[in-house]
Amino acid sequence: MTLFLEQVLNGLQFGTMLFLMAAGLTLVFGVMGLINLAHGSLYMVGAFAAAAAAAATGNFLLAIVAALAAAALAGAIVEIVVLRRLYRRDHLDQVLATFALILIFSEGVRWIFGSFPLYLDVPRALAGAVHVGPLSYPLYRLAIIVVGIAVAVGLWLLINRTRLGVQIRAGEADREMIAALGIDIARLYTVVFALGAALAGLAGALIGPIQSVQVGMGEPVLIMAFVVVVIGGIGSIRGALVGAILVGVTDTLGRFLLPIVLGGFMDQASAMSVGSALASMSIYILMAVILVWRPTGLMGAH
Amino acid sequence: MSRETILNVAILAGLLAVALGAWASGEPFVVQLATRAAILGMAGVGLNLALGYGGLVSFGHAAFFGIGGYAAGILASAAQNYEPLMTWPVELPGTTSMPIIWLTAVIAAGLIALPIGALSLRTGGVHFIMITLAFAQMIYYFAISWPAYGGEDGLSIYVRNSLGTLDTMSPLTFFLIAFALLLLVLGLVLVATRSRFGLALAMARQNPLRLTSMGVRPFNVRLTAFVLSAMAVALAGALYADLNRFVSPTMLSWHLSGELIVFVILGGVGRPCGPLIGACIYVLLEQWLGGLTDYWQFPLGVILLLVVLFARGGVIGLVTGRNANA
Amino acid sequence: MPKPILRINGLEKSFGALKATNGVTLDLYPGEIHALIGPNGAGKSTLIKQIVGEIRPDAGSIDFEGQPIDRLDAADRARIGLARTFQVSQIAPELSAVRNVMLAVEAREGRVFRFFRPVSRDLDLIAAAMAFLHDAGLGERAAIHAADLSHGERRQLEFAMALALKPKVFLMDEPMAGLSPDGSKRMTAFLSELRHTAPILLVEHDMEAVFALADRISVLVYGQVIATGTVADIRANPEVRTAYLGDEAA
Repeated sequence: MTLFLEQVLNGLQFGTMLFLMAAGLTLVFGVMGLINLAHGSLYMVGAFAAAAAAAATGNFLLAIVAALAAAALAGAIVEIVVLRRLYRRDHLDQVLATFALILIFSEGVRWIFGSFPLYLDVPRALAGAVHVGPLSYPLYRLAIIVVGIAVAVGLWLLINRTRLGVQIRAGEADREMIAALGIDIARLYTVVFALGAALAGLAGALIGPIQSVQVGMGEPVLIMAFVVVVIGGIGSIRGALVGAILVGVTDTLGRFLLPIVLGGFMDQASAMSVGSALASMSIYILMAVILVWRPTGLMGAH
Repeated sequence: MSRETILNVAILAGLLAVALGAWASGEPFVVQLATRAAILGMAGVGLNLALGYGGLVSFGHAAFFGIGGYAAGILASAAQNYEPLMTWPVELPGTTSMPIIWLTAVIAAGLIALPIGALSLRTGGVHFIMITLAFAQMIYYFAISWPAYGGEDGLSIYVRNSLGTLDTMSPLTFFLIAFALLLLVLGLVLVATRSRFGLALAMARQNPLRLTSMGVRPFNVRLTAFVLSAMAVALAGALYADLNRFVSPTMLSWHLSGELIVFVILGGVGRPCGPLIGACIYVLLEQWLGGLTDYWQFPLGVILLLVVLFARGGVIGLVTGRNANA
Repeated sequence: MPKPILRINGLEKSFGALKATNGVTLDLYPGEIHALIGPNGAGKSTLIKQIVGEIRPDAGSIDFEGQPIDRLDAADRARIGLARTFQVSQIAPELSAVRNVMLAVEAREGRVFRFFRPVSRDLDLIAAAMAFLHDAGLGERAAIHAADLSHGERRQLEFAMALALKPKVFLMDEPMAGLSPDGSKRMTAFLSELRHTAPILLVEHDMEAVFALADRISVLVYGQVIATGTVADIRANPEVRTAYLGDEAA
């Protein structure tokens, strides 16, 4: 039972990471209509910036700041130099251009940092575990969940309570309208993109102490974030939150439970292998089921 | 003849000439490269049926490429290890016969493309891109975590599969097999796009509302194109496995899906030979840039970016001075 | 009295709080042009979309040739003989005019999934399509890409495609929109003849054309039919005059 609870928490923690990724993706889809494959690269940039800053200063908080700044800056540059030329193009051009950006980012980072993975330490203040009854859980992972909740609340406040939020919502509803409201669209788009990039960078930095920091780390997460966005409904932050938690928990619990369940009616070794194969497919099956039920996602527009 | 037709004939003749010339001058490696270009080009031509003619931006066609590859790998390794492929409900032996492998690859891909296409085509636009990607990823992870066929390490095909009495281990013979199949796939795609179905597919892309008002469901037309396209890509995949005598989850990776799209766009979307030209350029760039720097994907990315931003219509568009579909 | 070929009973459709269609009952008889007029936002286009199956009504039913068609989707309804022309011409811009029509011919024949024979050598198909292009007055422009046709020519292409479907009913959404006075006159003459091919449910803003063409007129205001009758009935109806014709008739 405690093992199960621990896995649920792991699922939540993973869902939190996915939310940080998916929120940026879904914002960029919603406001600019852009499909950005290079979102995973911004996650990687954040992780490397954090690792480099932590190595230089030994301060985790500074590492987080560095990750946010580096990812936001990289995002803003990419938006200004490349992506703003693509908003009016079809999705095919966007796919190819952002695919090219992945190559550039991945190879560029490999050039600078080399192929060996880097490691980030868990900050001393967050080391150790929290004990609740028989359950003990790493404090750091709990902190990630808290950060995710804080970001979700922050985004909600940003979108519903600020001037920028009004502009974002106007942009989602109608691009002509923001022009009519006298908003500088070019600047709004850069800000939105940088915001999404910063969230991806934050995710990358936070995951650093749990996984290794290496080239290509953003791609599996990117694809899972796509699944989240599809499940939640494109353009919906709320959908991204629900989808992320659903996907995070399904994936984690699937890996934990399926081999156990299958062990009931086959031998241990094949239960392990079949279980892990099925578990790795579980979120995609979840996506397929939701698509059959609601083709535009749980919180989709139509 | 239009400039595009001349270009098409030139590229096919050129590829053949490179392979023959390289073989005559004792450069089997170049023959190998030409074979690689022909096979990847074939996959691109297959994808183009869905992507270029049907407007279906599938980011998951690596799934079908890999399924073709695994069909070859699984059948061949079963035959080479003298193990039956399956024992239930009927005992099926493996095989090293290329035609049977090709047929299996094509049918398997078609059967898997049917549900994937049917689900993905419930949506469109950005959704379609992400969902096809996700399904391909599902198959990728399945291949990685399913230990029976090598898991992450893949499967080796010790001796290239056989076709009649031909010596398939000879690079030139294998090139000619691949080239002949490339011509076949190219011909079939060309015929299909000029048929009644081709008209309906063009309408499904350009104006689905009108197609519906004529009493034809765009869904059916698109699904057909998606499945046919998957089958062509699987054939290329089966050959690719034989070329490398190895199949691994890399063939299923999303990176490969991206590369297939690159071939199509580099050459020119909706052009019959565009993806072949794209694949040839890609293979050349890979060789050339790979010789210059270890970090060759960096300049490759920059070149691709420049093509998207400034050379719309791809290489064929540049040469013929016309933008996309006629 | 013959039976109506198309009958719409108590159709209702709401978008949120807006009742776009509020209990509409209408019918269309063989050989007639039944015009549907009403101010902007009266729900005319929404009504057409429900008849062709593009959107589902919340309540009510539609009968075609005495059979309910409520469960058929848009493609099925097209196949049984409901042909639609759009307010903005819907064509394949990258195909030539004749190819647009060829597709309509093959769709009507139910032979779309044929993969091998090139259409350029299918002389029967081409001849059939050319005949419909000629009927729509576009024979000379057959080889032109639809994208390069003028606004009026695209409208003609739409009609050629609709004719090629050999429908039992035409549903037309503002065929006069955007035409020159000259073009409107020719369209009026064309439609006047067309009613003998199949009856027409005509949504139109051009009152001159409507009064010249219609056998019957229904007036739709705020999603409700406030009057149905002959041209003379409608011209004389005081309710219609206040609600709609007001300034024009004064």
